[in-house]
Amino acid sequence: MDSPLKYQSWRIAWTFFATCLLLLSLQIVYGFIMGFAHMGYDVLHDWIPFNTARATHTNLLVVWLLAGFMGSAYYIIPDESQTDIWSMKLGWAQWGSLVVVGVIAVAGFHFNWWEGRKFLEIPRPLDYLVVVNVLTFLFNIGMTVYKGKRYTTTALTLLAGLTAAALLYLPGMITFDSQVIDSYFRWWVVHLWVEGVWELVMGAILSYLLIKLSGVDREIIEKWLYVIVGLTFLSGILGTGHHYYWIGAPEYWLMVGGLFSALEPLAFLGMALYTVAMARRGGRKHANSVALSWSVGCGIMSFVGAGFLGFAHTLPQVNIWTHGTLVTAMHGHMAFWGAYAMLVFAMMAYALPEMTGRKHYDSWVAEWAFWLSNIGMISMTGAFAVAGITQVYLERRVGMDFLLAQEAVEVHFLGLILAASLFTLGISLYIWNFSRYGVVALSNDVSGDAPSPAPSLAK
Amino acid sequence: MLSKSQARSFFLFATVGFSGVFLWLTVDTVRQVPARSHEENMNASVIRGKEIWEKNNCMGCHTILGEGAYYAPELTKAVERRGEAWLRIFLKDPQAMYPGRRKMVQYNFTEEEITDVIAFLDWIGKIDTNGFPAKPDMAPVAVAAAATVAPAAGAVAPPALFTQVCVACHSLGGSGGVVGPALDGVGTRYDRDGLRAWLDNPQSVKPGTAMPDLNLSASDLDALTDFLMTQR
Repeated sequence: MDSPLKYQSWRIAWTFFATCLLLLSLQIVYGFIMGFAHMGYDVLHDWIPFNTARATHTNLLVVWLLAGFMGSAYYIIPDESQTDIWSMKLGWAQWGSLVVVGVIAVAGFHFNWWEGRKFLEIPRPLDYLVVVNVLTFLFNIGMTVYKGKRYTTTALTLLAGLTAAALLYLPGMITFDSQVIDSYFRWWVVHLWVEGVWELVMGAILSYLLIKLSGVDREIIEKWLYVIVGLTFLSGILGTGHHYYWIGAPEYWLMVGGLFSALEPLAFLGMALYTVAMARRGGRKHANSVALSWSVGCGIMSFVGAGFLGFAHTLPQVNIWTHGTLVTAMHGHMAFWGAYAMLVFAMMAYALPEMTGRKHYDSWVAEWAFWLSNIGMISMTGAFAVAGITQVYLERRVGMDFLLAQEAVEVHFLGLILAASLFTLGISLYIWNFSRYGVVALSNDVSGDAPSPAPSLAK
Repeated sequence: MLSKSQARSFFLFATVGFSGVFLWLTVDTVRQVPARSHEENMNASVIRGKEIWEKNNCMGCHTILGEGAYYAPELTKAVERRGEAWLRIFLKDPQAMYPGRRKMVQYNFTEEEITDVIAFLDWIGKIDTNGFPAKPDMAPVAVAAAATVAPAAGAVAPPALFTQVCVACHSLGGSGGVVGPALDGVGTRYDRDGLRAWLDNPQSVKPGTAMPDLNLSASDLDALTDFLMTQR
């Protein structure tokens, strides 16, 4: 049988993608645990208290998105460089060690082993392993680009984004006695990741997908890629200031953070217009229309979730009331879904048919996976919005006791759980469709170290 | 029309330029924070408190300076809002204070650990946060449970323990909490020894009661009982 598997490294890419979906499934389970706890059914309190569920939920998200980025890189970088990965063995070892560190970290959360700093709960000894893991990954990918001697903007942006993400992990590993300084540098990791260098990764992967799916000329797509990542940094770097309003940092952050984070939606709007314009320009010729739906959906939902809903509570005069309420959860859910989860889903939807030659993209399963998960997530965002705004008024503006206000919004968590069930149904369909492509990691029809066939497509 | 190299220049300029400004503001912030946060008061107890705070991932449920999770109360002004006495009793057995309601993990803190956590929260509460958290602006008369209790004319002034702890659940003269019964006229319903025994160990008097064991010292018991007996 003729294998469409052009590169050995695509087997590693598939393994990362499968890992993503497994971790996402687990993340959803912990989401439900928290949803029920908010409704007053905290039945697992003695085994999985809320802080454990919360740390597990958010860290699983970070790990599966990183795994998705890494899988995408193992897919894209060899294709862009037109040469196979520098070392398969190192690639497999890197995947294995990431899984081991992830499992230990998540298990540790259930035994009170963590650092207790929001989003960076992974304990210190494991942090060092993460650093070694990511360096191994970057070395392998970097050597592949170097070996291929074909430095495309898309490949370099992806590499730059991943390298910067690794570097920015380091400030989060420094210990400070002052909670203020601690918090200040924690945002260097968290904010500059998701509203900075991860957007480089996002821009690069979307560019790659648009080049492949829309058929628009690479030069045009990559030119606009520069503009968008330029806008991202123009607004996003000083936009970090919206985390510095109330933590004890000087007052000028109210102005700096307010002004620049008000510009942040521009980068996301650019991303949305860019995906829509390029998809239209190419006339949607590629047969894999679901992958294009996920790509364009990613551009649009990231604008709504990260750009618009972020802006909705980023100005200091609003944020002083909404800071630290469920309003943040409203913005967070759709932002991560739109910008990063949908990006990884787009990549998988594009890559699987390419890797296997099977065309499951035009089935109802693939279509409904897209629509149900998105409708579910939009509804979840609505439930969080109603609960969050009610909380802001009752607790923050009227002064009602915290627990009384929480009991008043319990009913909205029923709405959340119903919406989340719809979302979960969509994700289940996606996973079902994924499984129909078979286990690419074990496909034996690529001979060991034989040179890869030259790619037949010029684009 | 914009060329690819112009687009690249824009990207490089935006990135390098704004990174530079950000680093400069960072240097200034790090310079200003010690004064704004009263770092001179950040003693060993405060730092131990921060370690306890992180070791138990308190941010996994609570927010502090507005950062954390949204399952449990904002704690930036916890000491100012509740007072040390209430926090000490609460931290010994969190679920006893809110029977049948949202649960906090029982950490079995030692007295020293509780002192450290309170010292940490007290230090946090005095940071200049540019006005966060804002005072409720839509209700001139806040319904906060710990509202001050105005003593009736000619009555004995309540002990601090009463105004910090008891009113979290009970009301007197129409102000206070609604979890337990109002304490108006409590002195007519109990004799002194019965009331003292009840405060000392509620479970032994009425098994299954929602009233928590406050672990009161003998002198606190006497002071509270004396005060309550004057409510006739």
